[in-house]
Amino acid sequence: MKEKTVNELELGEIGVVSKIIGEENIKRRLLDLGLIEGTDIKPVLVSPSGDPRAFEFRGSLIAIREEDAENIKLK
Amino acid sequence: MSEKEKIAMEQKETKRKSTYTIALAGNPNVGKSTIFNNLTGMNQHTGNWTGKTVANATGYFEYRGEQYKIVDIPGTYSIMSHSEEEEIARNYICFGNPDATIVVVDATSLERNLNLVLQITEITNNLIVCVNLLDEAKKKKIKINLELLSNILKVPVVGVTARNKKTLNNLLKVIRNVCERKEQINPIYQIHYDEKIEKAIEEVREIISKQYKIEEKLARWMSIKVLDGEEHILKEIEKQLHIQLMNNREIDKVKKEVLENLKEKEIRQEEFKEKIVSTIVKDAEEIGKKVCKFENKDYANRDRKIDKILTSKKYGIPIMILFLLLIFWITIVGANYPSQFLFSLFGNIQEKLIEFATYIHCPGWLSNMLILGVYQTLTWVISVMLPPMAIFFPLFTILEDLGYLPRIAFNMDGFFKKACCSGKQMITMCMGFGCNSCGVTGCRIIDSPRERLIAILTNNLVPCNGRFPFLITIATIFIAGTIGGIGASIVSTIAVMFVIILGIMMTLVISKILSKTILKGMPSSFVLELPPYRKPQFLKVLVRSIFDRTIFILGRAVAVAAPAGLVIWLFANIGIQGQSLLTIIANFLDPLANLMGLDGYILTAFILGIPANEIVLPIILMCYMQGTSLVNMEDTFAIGEILRQNGWTILTAINVMLFTVFHFPCATTLLTIKKETGSWKWTAISFFIPTVCGIVLCMLTTLVYHVFMI
Repeated sequence: MKEKTVNELELGEIGVVSKIIGEENIKRRLLDLGLIEGTDIKPVLVSPSGDPRAFEFRGSLIAIREEDAENIKLK
Repeated sequence: MSEKEKIAMEQKETKRKSTYTIALAGNPNVGKSTIFNNLTGMNQHTGNWTGKTVANATGYFEYRGEQYKIVDIPGTYSIMSHSEEEEIARNYICFGNPDATIVVVDATSLERNLNLVLQITEITNNLIVCVNLLDEAKKKKIKINLELLSNILKVPVVGVTARNKKTLNNLLKVIRNVCERKEQINPIYQIHYDEKIEKAIEEVREIISKQYKIEEKLARWMSIKVLDGEEHILKEIEKQLHIQLMNNREIDKVKKEVLENLKEKEIRQEEFKEKIVSTIVKDAEEIGKKVCKFENKDYANRDRKIDKILTSKKYGIPIMILFLLLIFWITIVGANYPSQFLFSLFGNIQEKLIEFATYIHCPGWLSNMLILGVYQTLTWVISVMLPPMAIFFPLFTILEDLGYLPRIAFNMDGFFKKACCSGKQMITMCMGFGCNSCGVTGCRIIDSPRERLIAILTNNLVPCNGRFPFLITIATIFIAGTIGGIGASIVSTIAVMFVIILGIMMTLVISKILSKTILKGMPSSFVLELPPYRKPQFLKVLVRSIFDRTIFILGRAVAVAAPAGLVIWLFANIGIQGQSLLTIIANFLDPLANLMGLDGYILTAFILGIPANEIVLPIILMCYMQGTSLVNMEDTFAIGEILRQNGWTILTAINVMLFTVFHFPCATTLLTIKKETGSWKWTAISFFIPTVCGIVLCMLTTLVYHVFMI
């Protein structure tokens, strides 16, 4: 079964991070922002052009592009 | 020696001797620079968006007779990875040997900020945690137990509101205590990793400690990096401390053993890295939970409501355009009056100068050259540049302070992604509308060097304040002039808007072309924090934007305007066989100009107008009126008459507008591009890109026009 990513979350729906995959640089950046296993993440805004979306986690609001967000797998 | 003199001597003495060095670290956008400014009194611009400080800024202050040097290092979320800022930050904390490292944290998102704090506890003991933005936290009903935080971390914790200078007194006291304590007090907080990992780290550390005399803490940190396989960081450590960590037989041997051992326990090297990071984040989370109390869980609701409107599909972009239009309108209308005032002021002085020159029997050619050439051009540039900048930048800085700019990047990112660029480029373009030179400097906010360079090279494709009035004048005369009435101003506004939109589209097209050719690459990851909205500090905004941007840019412009004034005067006054140099050059350029639907004088004016776009029209008028100095004309109607008499048609007007938007950057911008890219090659490319665009576009319209007219 394909793992669920944050891209599949509807606006306002909360997901729990299972792991971050992908290329070293982007992985590191996402980890540095505190996206580790067990982190709650919730998309709250979507850019007028549909991408990126802004996610709320650990008290901050961070815009992440779709292809980068693809690396954030959910439980 | 009197008592007074003695004290003075002593003060001088202390000033000369031992100065303490303090590093100022923290996440982006937590008010680091504000603290820096308030401590040092220096004006470093702080922006409510990430990544303003790119290089280390150094300042000095005195406290109780001691001299302190404070180094503001770039804001980062972490010091573990490879980005330029993180490297600078990490190197300074590790190898800069500061007497104390202050980590500034944002009280409203303490948990995330603690991540960096914990990373730094692994490197140094001389840590001070400075919890900033307590006022914002209070508004959001977040309570932070500073004492508990201090007990857990075993380092001094100071709460401040950096905007309020008084609250920094406590920080100063703590800085002094930390710097002056001689021996190390109790060990500070230490992150405890998984048992197996701890054992592995310890084994490597023992070897490092055995081989080199390095403080235990640092050796432990190095062994984590050795196991991590972070070559980049290891290389840096080797270089800075003259030790060998890689290709070191003993270390390699232990490393191999330890890693094998871990593998058996099902921890591979990649997972090792992740375990390290997540342990730190989890620790930060735990501490955050202990010391923070959220009395209002929905503290971000108001921000989200605003965000929903400002980034909505329907209104997001229209609101953005409206904001920008409003700023331009206020700038252009508002700048008229001070400009007039400066003109008449400098004009009066000019008359006095001429009188004075006559009085001292200064030769006519010399006084003309200095007064009508240098002085007039110089004061002209000041009169037309200063007021719009002094209005535009504070307005723009207010948007910046509010936290609106990252939202612009968020709204526009989709378009820029298609051009393989970053949405942050839109912010730099918005700054470019005010002044391209500022826009180019602003490109520092873009992390990826490739994308930053593209943003720099294309910045000039949006017209700056200096070009707006010219565009409006031409549009009013030739496009709206045929209609008259209220319709006229609407039509001319639309015409100007059309060229601007063309400029924005061209930026995207050129960016895409650059991404596919000389600056090949995929769009880098776009991770952008949308910070909470903050109330701007109006007075500070005014002072900061005037000093940091306006005066700075004006300085550069003036430096170019003075010699340019001389050249223009010489061109208009020196001639061969009764023809001025100006005419000779214009005649030479005429064939090219005709292909572009312009005339030689117009092209000459653009070339001579390189110190500032504002003087292009005055030079054109000077040429047509056979004058020998710049011509200032207020009456749009009269300008129109002169232009028409010299053969301007609607085609000329359209091409002049196009060429105004698409031509080489002004000298100030070119200098800035040289400074930012450090390369003449890129400066030259930034010169040719818009120029070629302009020439091609003008030729196209001329061709189309002639085909349809015949």
